[in-house]
Parts: sequence; C-alpha cells; structure tokens
Amino acid sequence: MQLTVWTYEGPPHVGAMRIAASMRGLHYVLHAPQGDTYADLLFTMIERRDTRPPVTYTTFKAQDLGADTAEIFKIACRDAVERFQPEAIIVGASCTAELIQDDPAGLAAALALPIPVIPLELPSYSKKENWGAAETFYRLVRTFAAAAQPKTVRSMRPAGERSCNLLGPTSLGFRHRDDIVEVRKLVEGLGVAVNLVAPLGASPSDLARLPEADFNVVLYPEIASTAADWLKRNHGQPFVSIPPIGVGATAEFLTAVAELAGVPPPAAAPTNLRMPWYSRSIDSTYLTGKRVFIFGDATHAVAAARIAADELGFVVCGLGTYSREFARDVRAAAAHHGVEPLISDDHLAVEDAIIAAQPELILGTQMERHVAKRLRIPCAVISAPVHVQDFPARYSPQMGHEGANVLFDSWVHPLMMGLEEHLLGMFRDDFEFNDTVAPSHLGHSTAPAGVAPDESTLVVLDRPVAWSGDAEKELRKIPFFVRGKARRNTERFAAERGLHTITIETLYDAKAHYSR
Amino acid sequence: MNAITPPRTAPADHSPVAPLRQRGQHEVFCGLTSIIWLHRKVQDAFFLIVGSRTCAHLMQSAAGVMIFAEPRFGTAIIEERDLAGMADLHEELDRVVARLLARRPEIRMLVLVGSCPSEVIKLDLGKAAERLARLHAPATRVMHFSGSGIETTFTQGEDNFLASLARELPATDASAGPSLMVAGALPDVVEDQFRRIFDALGIGPVSFLPSRASTGLPPIGPGTRVLLAQPYLGEAARALEARGATVLSAPFPLGEEGTTAWLGAAAAAFGVEPGRFDAITKAGRRRAREAVARHRAELEGRRVFLFPDSQLEPSIARFLSREAGAEIVEIGSPYLHRQHLAGELALLSPGIPFSEGQDVDRQLDRCRAARPDLAVCGMGLANPLEAEGIATKWSIELVFTPVQGYEQAGDLAELFVRPLARRAALKLGA
Repeated sequence: MQLTVWTYEGPPHVGAMRIAASMRGLHYVLHAPQGDTYADLLFTMIERRDTRPPVTYTTFKAQDLGADTAEIFKIACRDAVERFQPEAIIVGASCTAELIQDDPAGLAAALALPIPVIPLELPSYSKKENWGAAETFYRLVRTFAAAAQPKTVRSMRPAGERSCNLLGPTSLGFRHRDDIVEVRKLVEGLGVAVNLVAPLGASPSDLARLPEADFNVVLYPEIASTAADWLKRNHGQPFVSIPPIGVGATAEFLTAVAELAGVPPPAAAPTNLRMPWYSRSIDSTYLTGKRVFIFGDATHAVAAARIAADELGFVVCGLGTYSREFARDVRAAAAHHGVEPLISDDHLAVEDAIIAAQPELILGTQMERHVAKRLRIPCAVISAPVHVQDFPARYSPQMGHEGANVLFDSWVHPLMMGLEEHLLGMFRDDFEFNDTVAPSHLGHSTAPAGVAPDESTLVVLDRPVAWSGDAEKELRKIPFFVRGKARRNTERFAAERGLHTITIETLYDAKAHYSR
Repeated sequence: MNAITPPRTAPADHSPVAPLRQRGQHEVFCGLTSIIWLHRKVQDAFFLIVGSRTCAHLMQSAAGVMIFAEPRFGTAIIEERDLAGMADLHEELDRVVARLLARRPEIRMLVLVGSCPSEVIKLDLGKAAERLARLHAPATRVMHFSGSGIETTFTQGEDNFLASLARELPATDASAGPSLMVAGALPDVVEDQFRRIFDALGIGPVSFLPSRASTGLPPIGPGTRVLLAQPYLGEAARALEARGATVLSAPFPLGEEGTTAWLGAAAAAFGVEPGRFDAITKAGRRRAREAVARHRAELEGRRVFLFPDSQLEPSIARFLSREAGAEIVEIGSPYLHRQHLAGELALLSPGIPFSEGQDVDRQLDRCRAARPDLAVCGMGLANPLEAEGIATKWSIELVFTPVQGYEQAGDLAELFVRPLARRAALKLGA
C-alpha cells in the first residue's frame, strides 16, 4: 500500500482514454463502476473540450455484482456501436472491473460486432497512465497498420522526396496542441512532408497509412516509443527520437531528421529564435549559477536539465522523474549534471529532495508548483500532470524555436528581477520590499497567510549545532533565496569541525570555504 | 405540523407521476467526493480512502488546487502485491496509518473510507477500524464508512459517514428533556444563522451533525428531534432513529418557502406559538422574498432540465418553480427517497417528469429534444452542452455554496441567473 494525496499519473485506463479522446472514429467501452466517469472532467474541464470524450462506461453498481455485470457490458458495447457508429472500438476494464474478471475481450468478441474490436489488457495495480496510453496506441497501430505477409523489404523514396509521421501527441498532453504546429514547421522547413500525425487527430483508418511514410518522428517517447519500435521492426521505418525541446536539442533534432530525409541540415537559425540572444544579453548575467531543481516526466525533465545548464547558465541541483519506464535516461542525465537521480512517484519523497537541495527555482509539475508555493520558492511548470492554467488559449509550444522563446520567458519570470534582487541584498528592512514578500513584479504585497515567513521550512529539522544570537541575526542579512543553502552549509561546516556553537566567524569561515 | 405549515402547501395526493427508471451509463460522482467538504467541516478528522490509483486520481482531479494545502484526506493505494494475500493487506494498512498519524499527530478522528476495489475484495474495514482503534486509542478515534461508487452516489458518501457517526454519539442522560439535532453538513455561516433563529424561538438545546470537532459529538436519545438539513440522508436518518431519536418530516430549507416549512416543523415539534414563530421569522422571510424577487424576472417562464447529481434536484426544482417561476422540464435524481421527499413532492405541481437513476445518452436525447433554457448538470456534460447551444448551470456548485436558509435564498436564485446573464453579456458570436 502506498499513502498518497497526489499521484503523478492516473490509472492506465486514463491513458487509454487519452488515446481514444485524441482520435476520430474510435470509441472506448470501459467496464467500470459508477463514479469513474469523473475522468470526463479531465477532458471537458482541464482541456476545455467541447464534446464528450468518446467513452461509454458500464457504471455497474453493487446490486449488479450478483450476476449480470457481463450482460451490462455487452449491452453497453452494442449500444455504443449503434449510437456512435465508430470505425472501431477499444474495450477494457478499470481497476475495479479488473477484480471481477468479466473478460471484456471475450465478451466483445462474442458479440460479433461489424467493426474491429481491440481488447486492452491494462494491469491497473502495477501500471499507470502513460504506460496505458503507450500500450493502447501500440495495439491500435499493430491492428490497423498490420505488416504485409511475407514481409517486403522497404525502400525509401529518393532523398528530398521523403515523408515522415509525427508520433505521440495526445489529448491532455502538456502543450501537445502547439508542439505539433511548431514541429510541423521545422520538418516541412527541411522539405520533408508530414504523412500523418497520430494519435492526435487521426482515425483508425488513417493509422493504416502509417507505413506510407519513410520514417517516424517520436515526439513523446512515453506515448509513442513502443509503437515506433514495432513500426521499425515490421515496416522497416527508422525513427528519430530526440524531442526538440531547447535550442540545442532542436538543432540535433533537425540534423537527425535531415539525415533520414537525405537533405542538408538547415544552415542558420531562423530569425524568430530570440532565446539565445536573450540569454546572452547582460540582463541575464544574474541567472548564472542559480540552482534549479527539475522533476517531471522523463522527456521533459531531461530536456529541461540540458536547457537549464547549457542554455540559461543555471546549475542543476536536483533531477528526477516519475516515469520509471525511462529511468535510465534520467539516470544518465543526472550523472552528466553531477546529481543523484530521483526516480520516484512518491510526492513526499520529491518534497524531501527539494528541501534537501535548497533550490532557487523549481521546474516541475503541478505538484511541484504546490510544494514550491508552500516553501516560497519560484517555480515554473514543465511537465504533466498539469491543471487548467497549463492549457492556455495563446500559442505556447515547448518544442522548436518558438518553444525555446516560450521557455525563456516562463522560466525566468518567477525569479526575482535583477535590480530588486540587488536592492534586497543592500537594504534589508524596507517596510514594503523585504524578503518576506513575493517579488514585486508578481504583484503580491504580502506573504500569503499561513506561510512561514522565513527559510526555516527549508531546513532539515535535525540540527546538530546551535546558532548564537548574533550569527542568527547575521544569517538573516543573506538574501532569502540563498539563505537556506547558507544555513545548511554553515551547519555542515561546523559539524565537520566539531563546533557546538555557530558564531558570526563560523558563518563567514563557511562562506569562504564553500565559495564558488 | 399544525398552523405553522406553510400556507401554499398543495394537497398531499398531488404526488408526481411514477419516475422514469432507466439503466445505462450514470454520469455521476461516487461517494468519495463527499470527503472534499467533510474534511473541512470536521476539522480534527482525517479521511483515509482505502482504494486504487483511480480513487486518488479522482480526489485530486475533483479537489483541484486544494491539494496544495496538504488536505486532511489521502488514499492508501492498493498495489499488486497487496492483492496477493489478505493478511498482508491488513498489515499494510496498519503501517500506512501509523505513518500518517506520526505525520499528523493533531488528528483525533481517523476515518477509513471504503472504495469499489476494497468492497469488491471484501476488505473488512470494520474489523480494521476496531483493530486500529485499539492501537491508537484514546488519542485517536477510528471509524469507517463506504464511499464506493458501486454503493454510493456523490452526497450519499456523507449519508454513510453520518450514519457511522450516529453509532458513535454519546447517549443522552435518562433525565434529559427534548433537544433538536440538525443533521447534514451545512456551511458554517448557515449553521450560525439557524442557531440564532432556534435560540430566538426558544428551541433547544440545538446540536449539529456533523459537529465541527470530533471531540464535541452531540448526545442523542429518545428526547432528540432530528431535522434533516439535506435530502440525501436516508441511512443517517435510519441510524439516528435506531438510537431512539425522532426524525421530523419537512421540506428542505431551500428558498423562503422551504426554510419556513423546515423551521416550522421544528417549531411545531417544540410547541412554539404560531404568533411567536411568525414574529421571529418575519424579517427573514421578507428579506428572502425580496432577494429572490430581484432575480425572478430573469427566471420566470424559463424551462429548466435537471440531470441527476446530488438528490437536491427535487428541492431545487420546487424552489425554481414556486419561488422563481421557472418551468421544470425534467427532474433527474440519482435516488428518490419517497418518505423524506414527501414534503417536497407535495409542493411540486403534478405531472412534472421525474427520472431516477440514469441512462445518460438517452437523457441527453430528451434534453436536446426539449431544448431547455437551462440545463443543470455535472461538469462532464456542461461544456459539451454549452457547445451545442444549451445554457448550463454546473450542479456541483449547489453543494459547495451556502444556499440554505433565508439569507441565502437570493444567492441560490442568482446561481441560476448567472449563466443566463453571461450569455446575454457576451458579444462573441457562437
């Protein structure tokens, strides 16, 4: 059993639902108890969808458990096919239906429906949302893009005439809507045609056209890498799996796509790419060495770490993911940045790691936004799960050149603006502009109620040494966002030297010792 | 009931037609969602759901940004290895509870909440609660109830919680005289308003269930008269009656008329002089009527279709039709408790179609065919209906907003006016 108030991913059937809701002409019949229809709200409220998701739930109740839940499932299947006239249906069970073992696959097969039925096996007690989405997409691709028998050897079109598929974008994905616009621009800019985007916007019969492309572009490995692997094995389609998030990653992505397309990579960066100059301009100097803690799905976390270190000049002080399936990538990135990887879906462990790392900026999910607010650390959201504010009306991709511009703005914005940060370091007792209030460009004049006004919440509770009154006072003169780090360093310094009391001297000795 | 009965009561034989009962997809919340308001009402309680990742995901999706505040609820997620053997499951639960209580030592009442998975595998939460109570008494009381979707719809979670609380209440002294208990979680401000009115009427002692702290559970006994503040308390009423209390029959305190009849039921039971009742409630009744009148022009003649959600629907329909002049197209309710609704049904004009339970696709067909001016529905349906050109009022707000009593009658009407006013205000095209 795992105690939780927050889960980074929903159950796997929510992943399947995301695939169904992404596509056209596909319906999902889900064997589930009454109440599981809450998932519709994710689509109608968070994503602000204007139609009901194409999901029929059996919503069985206790009195149905006696005998006829299987019959309820069969009726729901038949009714859904008749009413919605889909090209195909997927059928499966939610966690409770998995326990009663009605076998949706067998029941649906027995109905002899006039359309393809794809049964899903999604183990709810061991797998999660992204796995469910990847598995569902893979099953659909297998079904509708079946390989020719016997297998034919694939030959690519001539260089310069090749096309690709964009795989991975889904409903409820973090900025998927705008990412595909941006990536399409990148790919077509190389003279490569986009054969199909899937699953978002595709129908089952569209999936049959997947093999017509010369290669695949995997935008979100959490969703599409299983399907891309299968397409490679069965249709000989190579794939690029470099999510183009950040300036460097976008350049590598373009090089890799150009190579598969047999065309030269672009010669120069486009004029709309402003992020590199913004980051080099002198107002960004104070960003150098800001310590940033990064957590999210593996794709966004690894991409963010690279941007933070190489493109914004931050120092990565923590890196982790909840995507166990991609833990290896995150471990490699963590080793590169010299930090311990955090592979966990326990939000309390993530909070502990943030407290221990003492970051000046957190890049995370909706949950890290909550943690950051409590700890009063600036934060930007880089990954699902997210709430309604991260499905904005405006164009806001993360990928490609415009995506890099968006990232610069949204990550730098939460930080204290440069001049204000300097003045706070000089004059500590201003009645309006002091370190118990949020940065003034964020418009809040006082600290939110119930939030501790200093760094004490940021510090490990087990303090080995005592602070003298003078030293404690001196510590308060250090700017808020680095004070926690200073406190911890000084305590470590004192403990290592067997000191029992920290004086002003100790504080400055430690500062000199750890100075970077 | 005597002279205090409201003047406009229709004859009792005007009960509505037999409800339409259809079996299909129910687009409703499960009882777990009640925890979202219960954990705020009972401030020293922690609600621990024993369930699956779906339950945890439901709670965070429904509770949205409240998660940030470290809420007094959580989920013990059952994992694959827990399903291997039941003994293991109980040990795991003990471990999770120990960790939780160590983290939140201020918790005085731990409530284990059953879910669909825990009910289907027949995990005995009653036994677990007894065992955990032995481990953690006297610091923490441990209780249990089911909020599973297979057994409960939305507000029925509170019903089950109150039923389990009823069994925990201390007994009144044998010598105790009559007392009044108001059952059903109410917003604090509404609770205080009602308390002032009962004081003025000389009715007392008055207690509210649930109480704001688990350490202040009100006593119950044969002298206790129970007034149900919410229509969804079938189990709780039964449990309170089993403790010797008498449940008073009344419409529910929505709108001026409902509130007067509701207060009147208590006044009658406590022998309050009609003259005194009129004098005490006069100002409130006038304010409620005035406040509703300001919205009446906007609602008069509007055709309203109510989808099932909270069991508040018949009372809402009664208020909208009788006090705001709306025309009711269909009243959907997840469950119709005939006995508790008798007062409401008597006030509704005969012939209004009722539906109990749901087949959401067929109900949507009826709604589209009727083209109502306003559909009262859940958030899974609201935006899709808006996109089809049908104005909606999302129904969950009726549970999360102070709407009961005289002072809130205008606010209640305004909730239905707002979506209509917004449509009139926006100059954005389709």
